[in-house]
Amino acid sequence: MTEKTMNPVVNIWRMASGLASGYATTLRHLFRRPVTLEYPEYKRPLPERSRARIILTRDPDGEERCVACYLCSAACPVSCISMQGEEREDGRRWASWFRINFARCIYCGLCEEACPTLAIQLTPNFEFCQYDILTLVAEKKDLLVDHGGKNKEYNFYRHAGVTVEGKKGSHINEAEPVDIKSNLP
Amino acid sequence: MNAWILGLIILVIKVGLILGLLLFAAGWLVLVERKLLARIQLRIGPNRAGPFGLFQPVADIVKLLAKEDTIPHGADRWIFLFAPAVVAFCALLIFAVVPFGNDWTLWGQRIPLVISDLNVGVLFVMALASISVYGVVLGGWASNSKYSLLGGVRAAAQMISYELSMGIALAPIVMMAGSFSLVDIVNAQARYPFILVQPVSFIIFFISAMAETKRIPFDLPEAESELIAGYHMEYSGMRFGLYFLGEYITMITLGSLVAVFYLGGWRGPLAPPLVWFLVKVAVVVFFMIWTRATLPRLRYDQLMKLGWKALIPIALLNVMVSGAAILALNS
Repeated sequence: MTEKTMNPVVNIWRMASGLASGYATTLRHLFRRPVTLEYPEYKRPLPERSRARIILTRDPDGEERCVACYLCSAACPVSCISMQGEEREDGRRWASWFRINFARCIYCGLCEEACPTLAIQLTPNFEFCQYDILTLVAEKKDLLVDHGGKNKEYNFYRHAGVTVEGKKGSHINEAEPVDIKSNLP
Repeated sequence: MNAWILGLIILVIKVGLILGLLLFAAGWLVLVERKLLARIQLRIGPNRAGPFGLFQPVADIVKLLAKEDTIPHGADRWIFLFAPAVVAFCALLIFAVVPFGNDWTLWGQRIPLVISDLNVGVLFVMALASISVYGVVLGGWASNSKYSLLGGVRAAAQMISYELSMGIALAPIVMMAGSFSLVDIVNAQARYPFILVQPVSFIIFFISAMAETKRIPFDLPEAESELIAGYHMEYSGMRFGLYFLGEYITMITLGSLVAVFYLGGWRGPLAPPLVWFLVKVAVVVFFMIWTRATLPRLRYDQLMKLGWKALIPIALLNVMVSGAAILALNS
């Protein structure tokens, strides 16, 4: 079908029919429904792991998860996180102030990956733009939320960070100690 | 004396009305093109600026007026300022000879629906098409920029080449109508439109007309991906708006010329003449927009080859065959 030919009538016929089929295709498309989703009227649901606004979560006991270990601040490629760590009377660390500059944040999620207590998390909420760039600097009160974010059951202090009361084998994920005298052949 | 003053007043009113309506139509044609192009590409065009985006041209005009009017360093100032006006001026002036309808009779006064029934109308149209090349070339030259200069030079070469085939394609039409006046050409199509007997001439004229207005597939002079924006790259604000509007006015103008020369002008059964004229222009303009959505851009050498090696010989052949046929039929 596509072999070359010197016949001018066939050539002209092929040119014309090629053009015509192109025109027919575009005309067909004119009568189809557009695939555009119009934004403010319809908001497409984003996956839960979409990386947008940052929050500081609480653990199932209601305490703040953040222990001001500075790991997120160190991991951040644009240095937009800063905090000051303090110790409470019962020995638990917390952040007395915690600041994220959302104008510099690139929403990469490296802080979320670095955090050992699953405190700092990124949520799919992207609609928080402001007219004035200075209002984009979020303090701890803007970031702290009352729920557990994406992992509601994890409590860091059950696994690490405090002295274990009770005998060996009673901690979470700790196996009972093996009685070596029962291993004798 | 009285009749002369009355004639002058009617003329001024006609000119004002047509100018206003034409500029209006060109502004909304931008919106129509964007929405049509969008629908063909399975998306919605602008629809935020008013119901169905109807106030989008208003928004565009406000935006263009509010922009800073920059003149590039080293640009030839007066030519730079003057060039867009040439394009818009020539496009608007062509409408002075296009007939819109049959004569109206208001209060005993016979009003012809054409601003000026020149008896060399066809020559006038071709001359204005040639002068509008100046606007493009001067804009490209005066911008003091390599891309603009290249765009301007290419545009000039393209427009000049396709004017030849446009003129030659019109020769059989003039032969059949026996006159250069557009009113006589429309009147000569009383029994059948000329497209039925001159299909080749129609195709050549249409392709040449699209190349004149630098529409896709012939828009290399203003191609965004090749020449950034070609001859109108350095223009901003309302000067660019004038170039832009000039292009859309030329689209409407060429639509009306195709309607006058080949489709029978305002002639048609049943409906009033003005409606038929608008319908024909709308069909031609729709086809131009449809072409923009369908065809890819021609490379510069392909463009020149098409003009010189294909269209001009075919047009010449057409003139000879038509002349022979007219001679044979008249004797």
